[in-house]
Amino acid sequence: MIITAKSISVTFYKKKHAVKAFEKVSISFEKGELTLITGRSGSGKTTLINALAGFIPANEGQILYDGQDISRLDDKALSGLRCKSIGFIPQGQSALANLTVLQNILLPSALAGQSNIAYAEQLLAAVGLERLANAYPDELSGGELRRLAAARALINSPSVIFADEPTNDLDEENSAIVLNILKEQAQSGAAVIIVTHDSAAFKYADRIFHMDGGRLIGNDNEYENTLCRPLVS
Amino acid sequence: MKINSLPFINLRRKPIRTSALIVIALVMSAAAFGGQILIKSLQRGLDSLEQRLGADIIVLPEGAEKKVDLQNLLLQGTPGYFYMDKSVTDKLTGINGIEKLSAQYFLVSANAECCTVQVQIIGFDEESDFTVKPWLKEVYDGRLQKNEIIVGAGLSTRVGHTLSLYGVECRAVGKLEKTGTGLDTAVYATNETVKGLINASAKQGIAVLSKQSPENVVSSVYIKADKGADIDELTSKINRALDGAQAVRTRSMMTDTAKRLNVLSKSITALTAAVWVLAAVIMLTAFYNSANERKREFAVLRTIGFSRNSLSRIVLLESVITAGAGALAGVILTGLLCFEFISAIGKKTAMPLLMPSAGVTIVYGAAVIGIVLLAGAAASALSAYRLTHIDTGKILREGC
Repeated sequence: MIITAKSISVTFYKKKHAVKAFEKVSISFEKGELTLITGRSGSGKTTLINALAGFIPANEGQILYDGQDISRLDDKALSGLRCKSIGFIPQGQSALANLTVLQNILLPSALAGQSNIAYAEQLLAAVGLERLANAYPDELSGGELRRLAAARALINSPSVIFADEPTNDLDEENSAIVLNILKEQAQSGAAVIIVTHDSAAFKYADRIFHMDGGRLIGNDNEYENTLCRPLVS
Repeated sequence: MKINSLPFINLRRKPIRTSALIVIALVMSAAAFGGQILIKSLQRGLDSLEQRLGADIIVLPEGAEKKVDLQNLLLQGTPGYFYMDKSVTDKLTGINGIEKLSAQYFLVSANAECCTVQVQIIGFDEESDFTVKPWLKEVYDGRLQKNEIIVGAGLSTRVGHTLSLYGVECRAVGKLEKTGTGLDTAVYATNETVKGLINASAKQGIAVLSKQSPENVVSSVYIKADKGADIDELTSKINRALDGAQAVRTRSMMTDTAKRLNVLSKSITALTAAVWVLAAVIMLTAFYNSANERKREFAVLRTIGFSRNSLSRIVLLESVITAGAGALAGVILTGLLCFEFISAIGKKTAMPLLMPSAGVTIVYGAAVIGIVLLAGAAASALSAYRLTHIDTGKILREGC
């Protein structure tokens, strides 16, 4: 799946004051690529991937999935797209407290009308949580919860994966586990987009963009990716 | 794992919240179902009384109301007795506008003689009676012989067994259906049997009649007016013609009881409404608070791919499960309590209470469960709307 953002802008209103999260961002994501978006806190990174995943409507511009404008999709169609084609790892703790680790991972698969237990167990093993399959999230550490979120995002083998600070609060070993899994997904053909300020992630990236004050440096239209490569090296 | 099991899992993992919601639904259904059953029992009891009274006018000794509460005696079967001269019957025969008349005898069993409660003994005339026999026929179609009785449902005496009244062994030949009134502990016999019992009481030193012979007295005369006759006018005519006796229109007694029942029904309805308003506020608050606590959970579900409709379904299913469980428990519990205690309540409050039939009770129970389910769904609808219209991006961004 190819995602193309064409000159998208998002503006929030806080107490009637307009706050521009980012402006006129144009970017494309290809299959098999791991893209990093870096930047300081408040630079608009999270808002950008939330907009790309359709959680925040863009005030202007278009977001196209394989040429289809997601702003034209109704809730059911957009939810279906998220369920089957998008894996999303939100920032912070996102495990569902009422479900066990295994149930958390199986939930997207159940929503898609499948029950991929064998693959769920493979993912559990890949993120090192196989012994905690029947544990509840309140029994897990922060690192384990992040790995759980990563495994859940991958259960339906999505073609696009968004990860918002997936290595936040993780030690080096746990960070490497999560980033390796995401890299493997990219190598298997998924478009992986990671928002992070963790420099350890740079070596996994095929492309790196930087956000600053609501502008995407390395913006495809303006810079034709020329600014990306130096950041990787 | 199945998506439909998610509401059940959510409820199981929040036992305190779930139990509280079930209890609220239980209280709502118990109030509605209990209230309705009580109202319907009152109505049915009143209908039963009306059916059983069967007369337009009753003639009683003057001042009888000073001796016993007439209404309770005649409508509820509260034990009591009084007598007037038998000549009243002859005088009544000469009055125009009367289609049928029949005399009855009242007597009360001696304390602790046969039963744990005092028994009202009602004697009727096998030849002329038109008030008692029509419904006695339901349990005994024959002709009552001397010292044969038909017993109320509340007495332990079984058909074929005997009941000792003033030392006379009376054989039960039939047992009546429950009425929900004191008539359940009454005994029906012919006038001859009751006269014999009055004589027997005198032999035991319990003289219910001081000087007269039971042959010369009656307790009451039941009158059926001619079709089309003005009953009020006939009542006045009888009152003018009789000395030492008074005619009372039966509907006036029923009206008074009906008024009391109406007031009670309104009070029960008001109380039920108050319970419902309170429970609805608590339920709304519980769902509202829960919606606030679950924003992050629902934002995560949106990222997984849950549509607004599927999220609404989760919230509504959770409310339907809790409301349904509470309503079912409330209906069953209240039904059992009503079944067990409605007679006792009737006796304690001197109200004619008669439980509706099993079919009607089941229909009411089902209706109450349906209404509580709707109330639960309505209370959760606002939460469902709020949770399905959360700003997923904002919650994910701000982590709240």
